[in-house]
Amino acid sequence: MNFYSVRAIYTFEMARTARTLLQSIVSPVISTSLYFVVFGAAIGSRITEIEGVSYGAFIVPGLIMLMLLTQSVSNASFGIFFPKFSGTIYELLSAPVSSFEIVLGYVGAAATKSILLGLIILATAGFFVPLQIAHPFWMLLFLVLTAVTFSLLGFIIGIWADGFEKLQLVPLLIITPLTFLGGSFYAIDMLPPFWQGVTLFNPVVYLVSGFRWSFYGISDVSLGASLTMILLFLALSLAVVSWIFKTGYRIKP
Amino acid sequence: MTSNLEAPLRRAERDAERVVAPPIVSVENLSKTYASGFQALKHIDLEIRRGEIFALLGPNGAGKTTLISIICGLVNASEGRVLADGFDIERDYREARSRIGLVPQELTNEAFETVWATVSFSRGLFGKPPNPEHIERVLKSLALWDKRNNKLITLSGGMKRRVLIAKALSHEPRILFLDEPTAGVDVELRREMWEVVRGLRDSGVTIILTTHYIEEAEEMADRIGVINNGEIVLVEEKRELMRKLGSKQLTLHLLHPLGEIPEALIAYHLELAADGKELIYHYDASLALDCESGDDASGITALLGDLDAAGIHFKDLHTKQSSLEEIFVSLVRGRQ
Ligand SMILES: Nc1ncnc2c1ncn2[C@@H]1O[C@H](COP(=O)(O)OP(=O)(O)O)[C@@H](O)[C@H]1O
Ligand SMILES: [Mg+2]
Repeated sequence: MNFYSVRAIYTFEMARTARTLLQSIVSPVISTSLYFVVFGAAIGSRITEIEGVSYGAFIVPGLIMLMLLTQSVSNASFGIFFPKFSGTIYELLSAPVSSFEIVLGYVGAAATKSILLGLIILATAGFFVPLQIAHPFWMLLFLVLTAVTFSLLGFIIGIWADGFEKLQLVPLLIITPLTFLGGSFYAIDMLPPFWQGVTLFNPVVYLVSGFRWSFYGISDVSLGASLTMILLFLALSLAVVSWIFKTGYRIKP
Repeated sequence: MTSNLEAPLRRAERDAERVVAPPIVSVENLSKTYASGFQALKHIDLEIRRGEIFALLGPNGAGKTTLISIICGLVNASEGRVLADGFDIERDYREARSRIGLVPQELTNEAFETVWATVSFSRGLFGKPPNPEHIERVLKSLALWDKRNNKLITLSGGMKRRVLIAKALSHEPRILFLDEPTAGVDVELRREMWEVVRGLRDSGVTIILTTHYIEEAEEMADRIGVINNGEIVLVEEKRELMRKLGSKQLTLHLLHPLGEIPEALIAYHLELAADGKELIYHYDASLALDCESGDDASGITALLGDLDAAGIHFKDLHTKQSSLEEIFVSLVRGRQ
């Protein structure tokens, strides 16, 4: 393990966040607050409670997940896309670092940001609704696993993308819809039976469900299913990343 | 008095060491075919000697960047292997790469970083513990110390190039690759860059630079490798290359102007210049006087004798070596 190399990449990436603090932290916090106003206040006045939890509180885990997924993907994808785009990646490729160390630096930094962001949003939510976290350890575990997994996905997208459009396409066309349709703002059993079935193919459902369980002890699918799903996703992302480095896909001609 | 003698002696010693010591970079049967099917390198064999400045000379598209990129780990080889200081660049990539610094052809920079931050980052990335004194030395030697807190975006092109050199030197490499270090750089900056490179060589770093400026190879290199269409056409000591391939030109400044060249001298293909006041003779430098046999195939001895016989006298003479430009043109043409 090359400690100094990983540290160099990690601190460089974290410094980039600090430079773009407004974009990285403030804008997600503002948009989360807007969700609370729109969904929590407007819809919450019609739907008072879901399975014994006030609607405002019910949507908190889903909202955090929404931000966690989109921010992990966009942070990590941009982090590796930019050096590729500007050409500074030459230095990374010529350095005596293993692919594992590169991933640790980039994905570690992106995941750290997302986790911090998730906690900030959690705190923001505390201003709007009374919060209760039934299983703090599981909450953190889901937070970390999701941040890492989707930062890996972002890393893959950043390497795959050969232009800014593609970089924004995946979060826009895939991640956001999946999250909105993933039970962030409703319980799955509120849907008609057919759509309940379809929903089970959406991996985000399992993440939101597990995460919400750690807050309120209520879930759409079993905890085991949630955990299995996220670990599966993590393993898949790791496999793709290692394939990328083995073949030099899109980084080494 | 002694110091006058010592310098050349030391130099000769160093030259001798270089030849004997194992090569610091050795490239064996290296080929590269890009995904497009284009073969950019064809069975390259090359050895770089410890402590030398090696110039890889070739026209645009010859494969210089491809070769450097493979050695530095930016491009996968299709065939063959490379050892850097004895370490295989793939199997022992950590050892190999920690000895190598690369200054790329394109000026790529993190625009909003400061000089100090970006150079320190490079050292960390290469796995070295922080060493502000070393970074300070490097920045000072490249005349960047005053700019250490400047953002890269505020620097001129020449300074940006030096920042890239500083980044490459931040981890104290033994081998430095400079890909077209003076492409698109004005004459003054080019001279400055040459000074920097010589300074580095004197500090013991082996330097491999690519260039398509013959003048640059001629000015800088100890040895020159000529690459064209993905093949190494030849590798030679610069002096040897000049000697071997250089056609020379002998100019005689005549005592009395000549109207035309006498019949007796037709075979020499002489040229009259400066209104008949100069007589020019082209000859092959590689055929110059062979001390052992005493033969002179260059024809100079015979020419001087015949001139004397013809009653043509001269007050002065000088010879001129052809430039690498001319050598290169004839080489590449010869292979087509
Ligand atoms: N990624 C690539 N894919 C396909 N062809 C390439 C690639 N990179 C370089 N080439 C081709 O390989 C040849 C050698 O390029 P290069 O090594 O950059 O030459 P040089 O540095 O000597 O100018 C050129 O014809 C170039 O077009
Ligand atoms: Mg080139």
